[in-house]
Amino acid sequence: MATATDVELPTLSAEEIKRYSRHLIMPEIGMDGQRRIKAGSVLCIGAGGLGSPAAMYLAAAGVGRIGIVDFDVVDYSNLQRQLLHTTNDVGRTKLESARNKINALNPHVQVDTYDEALSSDNAMRLFKGYDVILDGTDNFPTRYLVNDACVLMGIPNAYGSIFRFEGQASVFAAKEGPCYRCLYPEPPPPGLVPSCAEGGVLGVLPGVIGVIQATESIKLLTGVGQPLIGRFLIYDALNMKFRELKLRRDPDCPVCGTNPTVTKLIDYDQFCGIVQPVHEQATGATVSTSEITPVDLKKKLDAGETPFILDVREPNEYQINKIPGSTLIPLGELPRRYQELPKDRPIVTQCKTGARSGKARDFLKTVGFNDVLNLKGGILAWIDQVDPSQPKY
Amino acid sequence: MPNTIHIPTPLRPFTDKKESVEVSGATVGELLKDLTTRHDGLKKHLYTDEGRLRNFVNVYLNDEDIRYLQKEQTPVKPGDQLSIVPSVAGGAVSPKPRAKAEGAR
Repeated sequence: MATATDVELPTLSAEEIKRYSRHLIMPEIGMDGQRRIKAGSVLCIGAGGLGSPAAMYLAAAGVGRIGIVDFDVVDYSNLQRQLLHTTNDVGRTKLESARNKINALNPHVQVDTYDEALSSDNAMRLFKGYDVILDGTDNFPTRYLVNDACVLMGIPNAYGSIFRFEGQASVFAAKEGPCYRCLYPEPPPPGLVPSCAEGGVLGVLPGVIGVIQATESIKLLTGVGQPLIGRFLIYDALNMKFRELKLRRDPDCPVCGTNPTVTKLIDYDQFCGIVQPVHEQATGATVSTSEITPVDLKKKLDAGETPFILDVREPNEYQINKIPGSTLIPLGELPRRYQELPKDRPIVTQCKTGARSGKARDFLKTVGFNDVLNLKGGILAWIDQVDPSQPKY
Repeated sequence: MPNTIHIPTPLRPFTDKKESVEVSGATVGELLKDLTTRHDGLKKHLYTDEGRLRNFVNVYLNDEDIRYLQKEQTPVKPGDQLSIVPSVAGGAVSPKPRAKAEGAR
């Protein structure tokens, strides 16, 4: 890091020496290392599952400046894993909550918060001056945006990603190291890979991965140890196994290769094939001819009609709430179980928000079911509009 | 002599929730073919309609990316392990202004 060698390192006060004593007595960190940590800065993209534990440990370790980019508000469903936020914080902005916790943990840390959505327009401005970017977001456009900005600016990216009980971590865009695009030149088409909001996540998993990201950040700041550059770590919490794969810098990489074609930030939504977020489609005003609203479905049921209601969520979601009389076949099982569906009744597909069941409807049409409608807005809209007695998740 | 293919979490719905599948073949391509024969639903996630491995699905033979070996023609030895490593984006629901549209509360 440029800050470590080129610039005069800050000194530690008597209070700081007491606070960091367990670092100071370690030969690998010592006084010099601690001063490098104090001189260092890390920008956390997101103060959620990964950003929470990362920011807390970075603060505790004495990183001089921690930046956080987020615009979200603390929700009850965050508390199962986002330890920066407590029950009392529900409804507050995550930035405000994060700032309070970090200040309480370590008043020597400067916290800079950015209440904006990271975009191609602001990424370079926000990243400027930071030594490490810690990417903890949950969507592909932002992953590619963070990667490209890091490569273009020469800032390493402490990367972490999670799904259910499996996590991935690496350090991308370090000098001489590979970047995210060397590993994945192209994103998957939208909808093929579920997000945590759809697929769920074991609460402790982001703790492990976020702390690995924080560990790598501290190693990058101090220059100690072997950073996770050119290595891809996969953690399986269910089997408690770590695996490591080799990563190579791709000479043909469009952003960090020998003849890069990406030399400035692009439109990442377009790059990832996203026209309009699925959730907005689900809550938008128009109803297409292959959809039915919860109110209209209720009317049909009340009128004695008997559409076959196909719930394509997972069994554990079905335990939380359901439309009475619905049948559960998870989306993943549908291709080999669609013969179980009646041919002589109209079918209404349904999931949590309408995204997965839209795919189910499209699939059923390809295998010969003609009268299929997707429940607009899913069970959440059903609960809002028809049956508020059921819990939402 | 069978080889093991590690199945990542997002693809386990297509392998009856199995974490790994025993397959046989002489090359990486043959092992993958055996896998998709046993678990048909995986095919569209791993291959394009033209039968090419999808770009966002990486396949590793032990700890090495097959792109830097002989790709699907890479020969396999008994006991070699194959891993499918798809891209996963999970983390904070942020910073796309989506949570607000979704009504986070």
